Amino acid sequence: MYRFVAERFTALVATLVAVSVIIFLSVRFLPGSILDLFFAGDNTATPEQLEAAKKQLGLTGSYFEQYWRWASGAVHGDFGHSLLTQQPVSKMMADALPIDIELIVLGILIALLIGIPLGVLSAIRRDRTLDYVSRVTGLAGISLPNFWLATLLLIFTSRVFGWVPPLAYVPFFSDPWQNIQEFFLPAIAISVFTLAIVMRMVRATMLEVLGLDYVRTARAKGAPRRTVLTRHALRNALIPVVTVAGFEVGVLISGAAVAEIIFGLPGVGYQLLHAIFQRDYPVVQASVLIIAATFIIVNFFVDILYGLLDPRISVT
Amino acid sequence: MTATTASWRLVPRRRLSLSARWRNPVGIVGASMVTFVVLTAIFGPFIWTIDPNNPAYDRLQGPTWAHPMGTDDLGRDTLARVIHGAQVSLQVGLIAVGISLLAGLLIGILSSFYRGFVDLALMRVVDIVFAFPLLVLAILIVGLLGPSRRNAIIALGIVYAPAFARVIRGAALEVLGLPFIESARSLGANDLRIMRRHVLPNIMAPVIVITTMYLGQAILGEAFLSFLGLGTQPPEAAWGNMLATARNFIEASVWMSIFPGLAIMFTVLAFNFLGDGLRDILDPRLGGVADEITVRSK
Repeated sequence: MYRFVAERFTALVATLVAVSVIIFLSVRFLPGSILDLFFAGDNTATPEQLEAAKKQLGLTGSYFEQYWRWASGAVHGDFGHSLLTQQPVSKMMADALPIDIELIVLGILIALLIGIPLGVLSAIRRDRTLDYVSRVTGLAGISLPNFWLATLLLIFTSRVFGWVPPLAYVPFFSDPWQNIQEFFLPAIAISVFTLAIVMRMVRATMLEVLGLDYVRTARAKGAPRRTVLTRHALRNALIPVVTVAGFEVGVLISGAAVAEIIFGLPGVGYQLLHAIFQRDYPVVQASVLIIAATFIIVNFFVDILYGLLDPRISVT
Repeated sequence: MTATTASWRLVPRRRLSLSARWRNPVGIVGASMVTFVVLTAIFGPFIWTIDPNNPAYDRLQGPTWAHPMGTDDLGRDTLARVIHGAQVSLQVGLIAVGISLLAGLLIGILSSFYRGFVDLALMRVVDIVFAFPLLVLAILIVGLLGPSRRNAIIALGIVYAPAFARVIRGAALEVLGLPFIESARSLGANDLRIMRRHVLPNIMAPVIVITTMYLGQAILGEAFLSFLGLGTQPPEAAWGNMLATARNFIEASVWMSIFPGLAIMFTVLAFNFLGDGLRDILDPRLGGVADEITVRSK
């Protein structure tokens, strides 16, 4: 197990480095240099101004030196300053990240709490009405654009209940009730795709497991139906779901970006999109790196958890 | 050749025939829905002849006989814009998935055929792309190249390619382990001939399923990027940017938000139904890789 963790950790670090190199290079190999954009086509800049701007943007020295400066800064939590607001990017990210984390946690909770029971029910009642209904709903769920669902939810609550979520973001710890009201709708909107995937996955694995010999043995020895389903079948059926939940965090992060725009929550995705339209490269680099790092680290823990749940993985 | 294992990659080719397909209700519904969308995109503008960019009508109307889907904030006919959006979506879906498919075939077959260093290097690249949430990577690519439909297609083509590469590599590895490959080689077939004549035809089943599934995902992806202002640019109509505009007029007219969204959902559902149906026909195993395909699609 220790060896498995060490291996996964090495892979984690290697992936983080590779991802940061890609982000770094993709911003450098743009059509048109960052410098031109910085001066917005103004050709009157003196060489001294150019030099100062280069320095500010971290464009001095070879690519290797530039990368090293950026990456070592990032490791110490220093992402430079926003070109637009001159704020330290690390502070912007520190304010934004909790919003994404909360959205992802709520989204995954909703998906698992509803998706798993639905999947189990669908498997038990295979080929009956409930199964068909949930299978079609499942396909509908993976076809529903989350940004449209978000808009529909807003229309629905405002027309039917005359209620719109509060617009100014409030952190959870300063006013939990207000905060939950703000996060309720976006979390539902982004969780539907994941919910549908979890449901389909649980249904498929449950059906597979229910046909296995040990489940028949458990039934034969007279274990109550409920015990067979939860203790014997579900426990094993849920193992693959753990991995799926890991990938799904990526889906939730992408969904969070658009939900943040719709609901006016200043999370990392929101910062990224604004920075992209403003060509604020330090913010673009930092937010993509933070999003990717979050995803990679979550999947590292998912791998470890998977190894714990299924010893065959960590041994081989 | 015949199916020597229970693996779905080696389904006898007759299972691809039309008669087998008719036994699958989900697949038939999906195929009909896809046909409907395609016909709408091709013939729609000839039947509904209103110009999608002509702001000639009363603004923000609900559905009427003259405008079955109402009109938008500038007084343009929503039905005409939805039809135009169907053309945009299908175009983006086809080209983006085409790019992913070609790249996936190239990477997948080369790395399974030559193994060793080639395989290792190509698969690391694939892993790195998978380390990003895919639509965030698409946002980054389009954001850097500049927002436009062409760049949205490029971005979606890039982010979906690794999924194709993985599925194709897995399928090809299985085929390459079979005795008839060795026979072909001993008869003097060169690498290219083995790849083209022996590997490619035998991995068609998973390739068809993944292509269908990703057509839906690419259309969803285009709508996502256009919604964020990174894909098709206004005034040209695309389902995503129509929804983005509609968001500013929620109070005035909900209809603007309803129809483009329904169009997206209908189309993506169509491809998912079709993909699910094809998977049932082509994949004798329960569940199969199609769910993994969808899971990794964002």
